[in-house]
Amino acid sequence: MEEYSQISAFGKVLIFLIMGIVFVMLAFITNKIIAPNKPNPEKNSSYECGEEVIGSSWIQFNSRFYVIALIFLLFDVEMVFIFPWATVFSDANLIAQDQRWGWLSFTEMLIFISILLLGLVYVWRKKDLDWIKPVLKLPTVDTKIPLSAYQAINEEKYQPGLKNKQLENSPIVQENNIETENIKPKFVPRFKKS
Amino acid sequence: MELEFLIEKTALVLVLFVLTLTIAAYSTWAERKVAAWLQDRVGPNRAGPFGLLQPLADGGKMFFKEEIIPSGANKYLFIAGPSLALLVSFLGTAVIPFGQNIEIFGRVVPLQVTDINVGILYIFGVVSLGVYGIMIGGWASNNKYSLMGAIRGASQNISYEIAMGLSIIALLMVTNTLSFKEIAAQQHGWHWNVLYQPLGFLIFLICAFAETNRVPFDLPECETELIGGYQTEYSAFKMGAYMFAEYINMFVSSVVMAVLYFGGYNYPGMDAVNQALGPTWSPLIGVGVMFFKIIAFIFFFMWVRWTVPRFRYDQLMDLGWKVLIPLAIANIVITAIVIVGFDLFNKL
Repeated sequence: MEEYSQISAFGKVLIFLIMGIVFVMLAFITNKIIAPNKPNPEKNSSYECGEEVIGSSWIQFNSRFYVIALIFLLFDVEMVFIFPWATVFSDANLIAQDQRWGWLSFTEMLIFISILLLGLVYVWRKKDLDWIKPVLKLPTVDTKIPLSAYQAINEEKYQPGLKNKQLENSPIVQENNIETENIKPKFVPRFKKS
Repeated sequence: MELEFLIEKTALVLVLFVLTLTIAAYSTWAERKVAAWLQDRVGPNRAGPFGLLQPLADGGKMFFKEEIIPSGANKYLFIAGPSLALLVSFLGTAVIPFGQNIEIFGRVVPLQVTDINVGILYIFGVVSLGVYGIMIGGWASNNKYSLMGAIRGASQNISYEIAMGLSIIALLMVTNTLSFKEIAAQQHGWHWNVLYQPLGFLIFLICAFAETNRVPFDLPECETELIGGYQTEYSAFKMGAYMFAEYINMFVSSVVMAVLYFGGYNYPGMDAVNQALGPTWSPLIGVGVMFFKIIAFIFFFMWVRWTVPRFRYDQLMDLGWKVLIPLAIANIVITAIVIVGFDLFNKL
């Protein structure tokens, strides 16, 4: 049985939409009915990690997001123009009618896409696609100890104390060329004998 | 007959609704189980065997929790946000062919709600409407975290939409049609589109992750820095609506990938099976194959979540604009050259 119905393809989407709306509304109403409702000012304040709320959050935001939206709009419109082309590009009927169809549509689209690419290159060169990179800031400490002292400590190499003769002669130590003689251990735990 | 037809369609829509909801609910269970498995834990195992009743308990809990609407929020938009997100995520499944036409009691029933001849554009439009749910909800909350999450979400979704559209265009050049039914039928047997469009599929896959706000693209809702992002202020079913919307989106994008690139209900050797089993039972095997592919994709979504860390925002934007869009355009040009070249080759 073929679909002879008067309901068009998008009519069925309407059925889908209506049922979706009914479902969502039912769910919300059910929640409204069975959930408790005991509001208080503390509960209804916005969440800011437990601190008092400072001002409204409807403020100006980074304009970069706006620029991205503008670029998106241009690219999206251009993309919409490519969609119909893509469906007829390798259409067998059109190619059969005229041999040059494939080449014609191909060159046309190549020109169009190169314009699209030109736009992308322009935006790229103008640094509209760049985001502010985090800048590493070295913390400054207000002490009398010079920075070189810290550096000396950081650069010093510590060697574990190798007391065991057996370990010293082991192949692992010799392969790694660890100079065990020159470096004395910095910290030797001592145990008092009772 | 008109009434019968209406009933048939309504029944199909109902089945699809229940199916989508069930899969979304069990995705939450599967997500926790997969996470547990990947991290060598046990996961939910208290409610029912293997914790299978956990989603029901979670869903029920959402209805019993108090709804809180912040005093500073815009009340109507605050409610409109999650409802729109949930509603729009449902609409995507309307055009998906889940199998060949099936014969039940002498009636041929298509396993597809509607075959719109611009099905891909429809899905594309519906998916991009999802960003309004995030944007409206995040803005209406009047919360700094929510606003940041909403703006990030909007910006990310529109950025990856372009690359997604361009990768679909390359696919359309191969298929020559925008109808899902025809695209699925073309991939008969093993002629899956992924074999002709491997790069396009890769771009589409990455964009699908970004569009569904899944890790590694979950910047709109990252728990660690934005405390849930656009859903910070939401509670009870409204929060559940956002969560459901996310999982339904994951399901829809898995379905779309399965149909567009992995042959939908087609599998190698389907002709022999069709002849052996007849028109009632063989489509059901096709439906089974389709759902196997969908579940494999959903598992992949979860697998990636526990493998890849989150992007930084500038990395995310660079990937979208400076890598994926040029790659997608190159993919279009290469596809065009190959098609024209084959044409020339055939004439010689």
